[in-house]
Amino acid sequence: MFEIFGIPSQALFGQLLLGLINGSFYALLSLGLAVIFGMLNIINFAHGAQYMMGAFGAYLVLQYSGLGYWPSLIIAPVLVGIVGVIIERTMLQWLYKLDHLYGLLLTFGLALIIEGVARNNYGSAGLPYAMPDSLRGGQNLGFMFLPNYRAWVIVMSLAVCLSTWFVIERTRLGAYLRAATENPTLVRAFGINVPRMITLTYGFGVALAALAGVMAAPIYNVSPQMGSDLIIVVFAVVVIGGMGSIMGAIITGFGLGVIEGLTKVFFPEASNTVIFVIMAIVLLIRPAGLFGRTA
Amino acid sequence: MERVDPLTIPAARPQSRSETFAFLILVAVLVIAPFVIYPLILMQALCFALFACAFNLLIGYVGLLSFGHALFFGWASYLSAYSAKAWGFPPELAILTGAATGAVLGVISGMLAIRRQGIYFAMVTLALAQMMFFFALQAKFTGGEDGIQSVPRGKLLGLFDLADQLTMYALVLVIFLAGFLFIHRVINSPFGEVLKAIRENEPRAISLGYKTDRYKLVAFILSATLTGVAGGTKALVFQIASLTDVHWTMSGEVVLMTLVGGLGTIFGPVAGAFVIIAMQNFLNALDQWVTVIQGVIFVACVLLFRRGIVGEIAHHFRVKL
Repeated sequence: MFEIFGIPSQALFGQLLLGLINGSFYALLSLGLAVIFGMLNIINFAHGAQYMMGAFGAYLVLQYSGLGYWPSLIIAPVLVGIVGVIIERTMLQWLYKLDHLYGLLLTFGLALIIEGVARNNYGSAGLPYAMPDSLRGGQNLGFMFLPNYRAWVIVMSLAVCLSTWFVIERTRLGAYLRAATENPTLVRAFGINVPRMITLTYGFGVALAALAGVMAAPIYNVSPQMGSDLIIVVFAVVVIGGMGSIMGAIITGFGLGVIEGLTKVFFPEASNTVIFVIMAIVLLIRPAGLFGRTA
Repeated sequence: MERVDPLTIPAARPQSRSETFAFLILVAVLVIAPFVIYPLILMQALCFALFACAFNLLIGYVGLLSFGHALFFGWASYLSAYSAKAWGFPPELAILTGAATGAVLGVISGMLAIRRQGIYFAMVTLALAQMMFFFALQAKFTGGEDGIQSVPRGKLLGLFDLADQLTMYALVLVIFLAGFLFIHRVINSPFGEVLKAIRENEPRAISLGYKTDRYKLVAFILSATLTGVAGGTKALVFQIASLTDVHWTMSGEVVLMTLVGGLGTIFGPVAGAFVIIAMQNFLNALDQWVTVIQGVIFVACVLLFRRGIVGEIAHHFRVKL
């Protein structure tokens, strides 16, 4: 036990860890938003609601089939991803030729519907979701106690983020995706099924949100409004990072989580607002965002 | 499927008889209405109608979607309520306090928000509003979860006792009509023509030598100020200012009203506000489903009904409304 700037190390590292956890969710969600925006030119306001659906998916899978955390980690994102594909086919595809704003308005409406239905069926209070037995307990690192589950969340989301980055920036499929983002008509002329790619991209982005939701369930409880407050912070993260770069989204997400965690230690009153303040500063200094390209 | 995008409908001619006619009907209906319908609901609808008109000035005529207008509405409502209750301001000064609050916040957040365009503008305004929501939650004077309750309505100019519902209604109606006519004037002024030019093609407006950022900022401040008037008036009508008014759901509600009524139509936001307020009041039994219904209306409007109520009527009769 030692102190840093008059703060016990235990508290400092505890908050740093919590910051990294929050950062993992910011990174996963802003990554999904960036991927979706790249292909669909739509800001997916329902992203928070789909994150919440992931958590509820895990809860319901447990309730109705008895399958625990590990199967849910696959099942819930796949189910929510399928819902995403249906949403894209039935609604979003009609909006691509319109102003960007209509996509935002439509997905905002979807978020209201999803959240409202969840609240009517399960109330506003959170439902507990047990963490898997294999990840209970933790490690004593000497300077702090590291719960296994939290370490898992950080490692897992880092892995997912980095593999997404790898697929998009370093593989053939990713090259198609990036090409279709730049010029869909030309890519179609080369015989690539761009509409299907768009649909699957939306499904994938939504599934990422749901995956984050499943991982969040044991930490934050499962509640209908868990997504809506988070998504607004993620929007600020996206404004700070700019949506042009996948790696930018990941770095900004984790970095802001850590900054938020540190604020909780040194200046707790500002912990809710620090990300928004940083956004304001970034807008003043670098209007295009840290990793953004000026339009 | 026919694709219509009201955001890019070319501007019709500035003067039109249909508008005057519709305005006279609106005034007549609003003068008779309090004798038929419960005045409190009407006052609520009028406050929101002014709020939606102010919002529409941005989305409909500059093409900027603000997802944070609750910031101006809620904070104006807090400061109006506080000035009336703690400092004993008379109602006219309390509402002016609300307007000033909207203006000051509009200058600050506008300067930040107009640095980004399109979709980012919406996210920036939403984030700034959320930041101020947390300030309202933590600040002492707002009363946290309780809000500021039993705000005195006071006596207008020391003469008219606003405790009387009809007197209060008359004041709200005058404020609404003044705000409405002011917005109409702005839209049809040379300044308004530049705003529409920015909406249609900003790079071209810039190439013609217009400092578009300055125009956007002024429009943003005007919109925030009028929203402040609406928020301040609302605080006096309901004698309460609470967290509901600064929450992001309020920002969403005003977007919905404007969308339902018709983006970029002068009467649309009024119609939209009345429809949504009526829905909220008459569907009280379905209380918990209201959010879901609002979501469904959002989706339906965007997919099938982008012109909104007034936009459809105007399109059908080929008039300007």
